[in-house]
Amino acid sequence: MGRVLLVGRLAARNVRRRPAEAALLVLAIMAATTMLTLGLALHGVTDNPYQRTQEVTAGADVVASVGPLEVAPGRAVPVDLARLEALTDVPGVVDHSGPYPATTAELEADGIRTEVWAVGRDSAEVSVDQPKLTQGSWVEDGGVVIEAAFANALDVGAGDQVTLNGRSLQVVGVAVTAAASYTHVCFGHPVCSFLIGSAPDWVRQGPPAEPPDGQTETVDVGPSTADAGLVWLTQTDARSLARAEAALSYVMNLKLADPAEAPAFVDAHSPTSWDALFLASWLDIRETYGEFVRGAQRALVTFSSLLTLLAMASVAVLVGGRMADQTRRVGLLKAVGGTPGLVAVVLLAEYMVLALLAAAAGLAVGWLAAPLLSDPGAGLLGSAGTPSLTVSTVGVVTGVALGVAVLASFVSAVRAARTSTVHALADSARRPRRTRWLIALSTRLPVPLLLGLRVVARRPRRVLLGVASIAVTVSGIVVVLAGRAAMAADWEGPSSLDPQAGRANQVLLVITVTLVALAAINAIVITWAAALDARHASALARALGATPGEVSASLSAAQVLPAFAGAVLGVAAGLALWAALSNDEANPTYWQLLAVVAGTVLVVAALTTIPASIGARRPTAEILQAELP
Amino acid sequence: MRDTADTAVLRARGLRKEYGTGEGLVRAVDGVDLDVASGETVAVMGPSGCGKSTLLHLLGGLDRPSSGEVWLGDRRIDQIGERALARVRRTDVGFVFQAFHLMDELTAVENVELPALLAGRSRSVARRQAASLLDRVGLADRAGFLPSALSGGQRQRVAIARALSNEPLIVFADEPTGNLDGAATVDVLRLFDSLSEAGQTLVIVTHDARIAATADRLISMRDGAFVDETRLTGGSTGQLGALVGLEG
Repeated sequence: MGRVLLVGRLAARNVRRRPAEAALLVLAIMAATTMLTLGLALHGVTDNPYQRTQEVTAGADVVASVGPLEVAPGRAVPVDLARLEALTDVPGVVDHSGPYPATTAELEADGIRTEVWAVGRDSAEVSVDQPKLTQGSWVEDGGVVIEAAFANALDVGAGDQVTLNGRSLQVVGVAVTAAASYTHVCFGHPVCSFLIGSAPDWVRQGPPAEPPDGQTETVDVGPSTADAGLVWLTQTDARSLARAEAALSYVMNLKLADPAEAPAFVDAHSPTSWDALFLASWLDIRETYGEFVRGAQRALVTFSSLLTLLAMASVAVLVGGRMADQTRRVGLLKAVGGTPGLVAVVLLAEYMVLALLAAAAGLAVGWLAAPLLSDPGAGLLGSAGTPSLTVSTVGVVTGVALGVAVLASFVSAVRAARTSTVHALADSARRPRRTRWLIALSTRLPVPLLLGLRVVARRPRRVLLGVASIAVTVSGIVVVLAGRAAMAADWEGPSSLDPQAGRANQVLLVITVTLVALAAINAIVITWAAALDARHASALARALGATPGEVSASLSAAQVLPAFAGAVLGVAAGLALWAALSNDEANPTYWQLLAVVAGTVLVVAALTTIPASIGARRPTAEILQAELP
Repeated sequence: MRDTADTAVLRARGLRKEYGTGEGLVRAVDGVDLDVASGETVAVMGPSGCGKSTLLHLLGGLDRPSSGEVWLGDRRIDQIGERALARVRRTDVGFVFQAFHLMDELTAVENVELPALLAGRSRSVARRQAASLLDRVGLADRAGFLPSALSGGQRQRVAIARALSNEPLIVFADEPTGNLDGAATVDVLRLFDSLSEAGQTLVIVTHDARIAATADRLISMRDGAFVDETRLTGGSTGQLGALVGLEG
């Protein structure tokens, strides 16, 4: 018990002795734990709003649709409406609405043109999937009701005017539905199975060369559409938008006695070959809502691992600096009977306490910030609220924080614990490394680079940490750029209508700022550590005639050279990471990559100027006097 | 003995260095006047804490005085900018420290060539000069050794070679034998003697009577001020030199 008390007391005192360094340590680990908490806390946050919307709109358990199946341009297997209607007789189906005609059309609002699915509905309310109005009134001749998330993206509301296939219509209402999420709207078309649920084999393999039974007719089905919005009109208006009656799709909403049976129902009745009947369970549709948040979640979890690596670099540098400062303390502990094991535990305990603090802070901040990213959007009713923290989330986040602390401080702690007592009491500085080829190379360079390379050569491990820190940051930025390029390439419609863009930009901005901030902290800390470590060499160089400017430039150069190497490595690692994370071929442009490398070098040069210049201007005589044995 | 009247390479007038204010004011150097002639060896002696090292730092441009003047040759250096002062240290001054202050990661020859590289000399010129200086201090065979592989006396001889690298007007030595055993002290004394013989101007701060015996002039210092000044007869060639084993 006494030992535990001693370890705790020493750790606490040491944290209090160096509050700024302790705060930096906590901040570095906290950046990673916050990001990880956010990522984990977003899991399933749209489930409750979807449930609520389904209750309010009497949402369907299965949405079935059928359309003309195009087998060649201008030729299609005609709609077999009886196939759809037969589903109402299947045991377990207790209610339904439809079939309703549906067609694709071009909508124009305030100069923005985009594809929509227009569904013809009855003016009277129905018992299954009756969209809940959030504005205005339900469909009427000459009036269109727009799905709420789509209306939000278009920035239109009740009373506004839009055109559908060139025909002017008034927006009479805005409504939410649990039957289709913006932009996963599709009825009776092979593309539906890629948007909602999973595509059956026959869709994956593409249409056969010859249509079955030769049962085709001439139908201009029109282009397939993805990223479409949903609007409701009267059945008459919807039919009038279609190219031809034969080009119409039909949609029907089914209510099951047991909603949990919906996936089994879909499996049992989905076509196994050449058919244009598509079924989606409420679970499939709920998944499409979750997809918006899932993108952000994936990004947060992925980048939290990069931040974990960065945090490790930060902690390793800070721990290295602190350990150098603690040599005499280690000697004293050992002199009064502390075993190497106890010394290591005392040193590690401090970082474990800080890691636990960082984990708690990360969990709290992540939990509080999650609602900012978990907004289900206008397409669902209610908000996701503050997500609950599960035991597994707390466990994973705490484990990561402790892992960072242990991995980053273990080597230094063990090295300190194994230092001889006499050596530690003498508090002699760790002898710098001699890197022969760098010293030889430096003699051919101007004074700042000569001194800078020699600073680099003194502590190769610290230089490697600096390179790793910059490489991780730059690789993160490259992935962010690639992600943005992929998003831009994936979205076919006007960028203002991309429902993911806002949230994605928000998340990517947070990630980028955090990455850059951590890397900046690392650069400053590493420069300061190098300035302190090289203070004797710098003072001596000044005593031998180097100017403060040359010494300051050399300390900056000692950071800029590894930063350049880190930036180049980071670009390569970022592209490799993106290739591993995504099948998307979109990559940042060459000028963007060049700008990242150049920007990194400039930022590091700017960031290191102040600590380098402070380090270089310390009085020479004072330092040389202090170094007397 | 050399006449310092018109040949002074170093002059200090009313030199003061103060730390703190009010009741806590400490005068580390208190109104020192000094002339050092070209080729002269001056030893400054005094008890620990009397301000010897501070004086040396002021004279060599490592520190700035609170008041007073320091002239090196015909140039006043107490008021010049940091860059100009760095150039003075690079070209006109050489330092030898008690703690040697060699770069641990550099070999003996790399340490010696450092001032020449800082002065912008080419690698080959700097290396040739360093090798020659190491030869002069008797360490040609130790050129590739790291300081950790050298004895204290050898390290100090490397430091002396480094101080001579850019052929300075004056070499300042701060307790150069303070960390050395008897044999190494004699080696270093011999080296200073040969430098003096070659006409190198030296200012040596010490509390070792043996090294003071090698000087042309001995100045005693106490509480930051000069309290006594003695001209020695012929420096190391006199009786004192023989006493410390420099003769024969």
